[in-house]
This record gives sequence, C-alpha cells and structure tokens, in this order.
Amino acid sequence: MAKVSVANNVTRSNRKWIIGYSIAGFVLFITYQFLIPWDGLPSGIYQVVNQWMPPSAVNESLVYVIMALGLNIVVGYAGLLDLGYVAFWAIGGYCAGWFMSEFFYFLNVHFLGSVPAEAPGIHINFWMVLVIGGFVCALFGVLIGAPTLRLKSDYLALVTLGFGEIIPQVFFNGENFFGFNISNGTRGIVRVDPIPVGVKDLGPFDFGWKLLIFLFLTAAMVFISLRLRRGRLGRAWLAIREDELAASMMGVPLMRTKLAAYAVGAFAGGLGGVAFATHVDGVYAERFNFTISIFLLAMVVLGGMGNVWGVILGAFVLSWVNGNGLSAFGRVYNDAFGTKIDFASFTFLIFGLVLILMMLFKREGLLPESRLKLMLHEEELDEEVVSGSKKKVGK
Amino acid sequence: MKKSYLVQRRKWVSNPMANVLEAQNISVQFGGLLAVNNVTFTIPNKSIVSLIGPNGAGKTTFFNVLTGLYKPSAGKIIYNGKEITDLPPHKIAEIGIARTFQNIRLFGLMTAQENLLVAMHSHLKSGITSTILRTPKQRKEESEAEEKAQEILDFAGVGKWTHEFARNLSYGDQRRLEVARALALNPKVLLLDEPTAGMNAQESQVFIDFINKLVSERDIAVMLIEHDMKVVMALSQRITVLDQGERIAEGSPDEIKNNPRVIEAYLGKPKGARK
Repeated sequence: MAKVSVANNVTRSNRKWIIGYSIAGFVLFITYQFLIPWDGLPSGIYQVVNQWMPPSAVNESLVYVIMALGLNIVVGYAGLLDLGYVAFWAIGGYCAGWFMSEFFYFLNVHFLGSVPAEAPGIHINFWMVLVIGGFVCALFGVLIGAPTLRLKSDYLALVTLGFGEIIPQVFFNGENFFGFNISNGTRGIVRVDPIPVGVKDLGPFDFGWKLLIFLFLTAAMVFISLRLRRGRLGRAWLAIREDELAASMMGVPLMRTKLAAYAVGAFAGGLGGVAFATHVDGVYAERFNFTISIFLLAMVVLGGMGNVWGVILGAFVLSWVNGNGLSAFGRVYNDAFGTKIDFASFTFLIFGLVLILMMLFKREGLLPESRLKLMLHEEELDEEVVSGSKKKVGK
Repeated sequence: MKKSYLVQRRKWVSNPMANVLEAQNISVQFGGLLAVNNVTFTIPNKSIVSLIGPNGAGKTTFFNVLTGLYKPSAGKIIYNGKEITDLPPHKIAEIGIARTFQNIRLFGLMTAQENLLVAMHSHLKSGITSTILRTPKQRKEESEAEEKAQEILDFAGVGKWTHEFARNLSYGDQRRLEVARALALNPKVLLLDEPTAGMNAQESQVFIDFINKLVSERDIAVMLIEHDMKVVMALSQRITVLDQGERIAEGSPDEIKNNPRVIEAYLGKPKGARK
C-alpha cells in the first residue's frame, strides 16, 4: 500500500507550488527591497543580514539556481553526464555582452533598449536578449550534441568536458578570432545595459528589483521543467535514463530525444548567462572555467538529481557557501577565537568533504526524487542481503 | 515433380499479401563467428510462428536483426512489401514491429502506465512548446493515450497496477506488462523472446490463452522464441528450428516433433548412427 501511494505522488500533477513559491519570493523581495534599507530597522539585524546573506549573494545564488535547473534536465532527467555546461553559461553571457552593451562601438542598433539613442553599440531590450541568449545556446546545444551524443556515459562526459574547455577558451582568446574581436579577450565586456521594466531601468545595484526578475526566471525554469517532465518528452527522457536500448526498441528516437534534452538544458544556460551578465554588469572570460561545470553538477547531485526542489536547494546552499557563507563564518570564527584562518580559501576542501559525506550517508541528495530514492535504498538492501548470504556461505 | 512443388511453395512464401514480415537469406557475422547463416523466415498475417533451437543457436540474434539492433551482413528484411533492412530500431518499432526481451527490460522506475506511454511516444505528436503550454490539443492527446494505455493494461491482465512502479510488480505481471508495452506500439508483428521463462505450468496456460485471444481479436502476427515445448506446440502454426545459426527444419508442430534432424540437434546423434 505504501508503495502505491509513492507512485501516485509521482504521477499526480501539482500546481500548489506556484502559490508557495510566490509567497516565498514575495517575502524575499519585501525583505531585501524595503526591510533591509529601512531606517527604522535595528542596526543589529541589518548587520547580520548583510554579513550572512547580502542582497548580491541572494541574486547570485538565484543565477546558479537557474543554471542548475537547466543542467538538471540534461543530467537528472535524461541521465546524460555533462561536464561542460559552463560553455552555455559563457555563450549566454556573451549574447548579453554583444546585444546589450557598447561592445560593437562601430554599430548603432537600438531596439526598445534602455539607453539613449545616440549611444553606440547594439542595444536590444533585455527581455528579448534573454530569449535570444536562450535560443542561441539551444542552437549550440544541438551543434555540440549532434556529434557527441552518439557516445555513451564516460565517453560522453569526456567529450562534453572538451567542449566545456574549448568554448570558454575561444572567448578568452577572442580578441582576434579570425580577424574579429568577439569578446575583448581578458579585458572582458564591461558594462551591460540596465534592465528596462517600464517605470525605471535596473542598474547593477538595484538588487531588490533584480531579485524579483531572477525569481521570475527561476519560476519559469521550474515551470518548464515540471511541465516537460510530465509530458511525452519527459517520459522519453526518463526511459532513456532507465534503459536506452529498451527505449529505442519501443520507438523512442534516441538522438532526437537526447538533443531535445541538450537544447532545453542549454536554453536555461543561456537565460542564466544573460542574467549573470546583468548581475555583475559585464562579461568576463576568466569566470567561465571548468570548476563552474563541476560546481553546477555538484549542486544537481547534492540537491537531488531529477527533483527541481532538491536542485534549487542544492544550488542555493552550495552557491551561498561558496560566495558568502564560508567567509562570513570565517569572520565570526576568527573574531571569537582571535585566529586568522582564511576560510574562503578552504572552499573546495570543504566541498570535497561534504560531497564524500553525502555520497556515504545520503546518496540520493538532500531532496531526492522519489523514484531514485526508492532505487538507491533498495540497492542498499540488496547489498546487505548479498553480503549477509556471503557470510553464511563463508561459515 | 518434387522440384516444381518447391518452386510453387517459394512463390507463396514471397507473396507480400500473405506475409507481414519476410527475412530473406539473413546472415549475421560477428568477427569470425557466423551467428546466423543464410536463414529465410517468414511470418504470415495473423499467424503464430515459433523459432526454436538449442542454446546458442542464434535465435535471439535473429530477433535482434529483425528489430534493427544488428544489421545483417547479408540478406534483407521486408515488412508489408517494403524493405526495412537499413532502418534504425526506433523506426522499425514505429512502423509496427514490437518485441519483448529474454530478460525483462521494463523501465523499472516508471509506472506501468508510463511504460506504455513511452511505447506510444512515436504515435504521439505533442512537442516541447505544446507540452509547456499544455494546449488543449496536447491535453486531449495525453488523456486519450492514457485511456488507451489503460485499455491495453486491462487486456493484458495488469490493469490494477496502472500507477505502480514496474519494478514492484511480480515476475509474472512484469512479463505481462512487457507484452502490454509492446502492444502499446500498435504493432502488426509481435516478437516474444522466451515469454514464459520462469512461469509455472498454470501461468504458462494463462499465457497461451492470452496469446490466442490476442491473435484472434487483433490484426497481429506473433513470433515466439521459446524453450517450453508445451507452449510452442500448443500455440504455433508453424515451427522453425535453428541450430548453430542454420535453419535445419521448418513445418507444423507434428512434423517438427518427428523430424530426425531436430531430435539430433536437441539430443545428439544416437551412438550406433555414427559412421
């Protein structure tokens, strides 16, 4: 009976999350937009929030959440290990750099942009650049996927790793890309256009309002993930994750289905890239390195592969620890004990430890998908049975 | 006299109207091993035919060729008058050749219903945008597919497990679910690889009745690989025997039962017969 109810929960559609999410998002927004800057707020609270969870850290975490949700479609849903996801982040970022900054100073293209008409460069409306970035990334996802997705598991991971290195390197050395300057190289593209929202334009320091925008993008990705998961394509992804050969024998075209996963995942990468460019007000090639890919993968695995809520939690926790939590903890610790330990430099040491502990004690992640939880726990039981019977044989 | 009879028979065999599937002179080579050697096999419309043979005779390999998993090194496969030798597996499944597996390969962490809906994938149309927007058309398609899936599950006798994970089903129900999943492809030819393996006599009998019901009620032909001779003899209209990749006999159950070459392949030569 209990098993039946688990399966029912998986298949039942669930729209309640929209209400809960809206409330949580609204509270976050009110807190950061009105409560924190409020003069009447006791300065103690202000300092605690600013130390542990400043507005910029929340926004950055949300960018990671968007990206991790995209990677979740590739890794969690379709079961394709992708170690080069940062490539899509980079492409999305440069889409923002190209289409909403003064980078192409010799051009003068404006389309519903947020800067005066005499400003040089291409200035397209932020919301359109979001869509453009998403689709350019989806296109690149298909281009990268077409040759690589014929490979399986480890080999696929290696090739994606290669692409994840190649594309950021192209941008890193992009000052002279066959005679064209496509990225300004290491100097990066400084300043992207503010986000027009009708009443005002959001610059790099309008954290509260941008929080609202990032929350909206996250919600869009959650919505897309959940809807796709329950549809025809989501079932095919799941089937491929379970048993590729059986899926193809049941009429699921493997290449097309995997490419669709790649394209949707890359689309999210594009959204995240554009969002990140507006968050840091620029595009800097050295930020798109291999560790980001691993970092995102760790978020997906740690949070709970295949479950959007788990992935959101994982992305939030990890990016917070990486960006702010650890250094804040370090400050408190050093003040209390009079030491001078640089905690931020231990980030990856602590990540490693956390990952090892998670894999030992909670393999399915913080908030696992109910299907995977079932499987991993049954495997544990099987192992116990096997080792138990072996002992008996030994005696 | 005898020769002309053979020619006549050949003609009947290659008539596309009578045979839904024809495999002509199929050979499969793995390196130096000739797994299937020049085998011709036909499946007449709405028939039940069997492929038997000792272990390692090449039966499953032959199955894998029919479903596009292996490409034959020689020969061709014709389905409804059209050559399908070079089609990829998912296309072959889509046009109506469905199979089950020797060792059950259900999608264990998907519900019984989802298993069937995956098999309907190629017959459903909704794409990414219509799924995200959940258009009325997509919703209608989904609910119709779910209804059809339920119908097939009921037909296969696993209707009460609609929302149960496939891995939680009993062994016999998993076998039935696998057949149901194959039926969800709406196939013209159903290939069953040892469907009664691990079933007891009573379960086998239920299965025999099920296959008979299937063929009489639907426009479908069944090809069986089976070791349980009781099942083979009860179901088959025609039996083909493979041994070491070669077709050594073909005929009605009675003919096969008394064929000395078949007995030899299964039991070995009698001692005195060796020269």
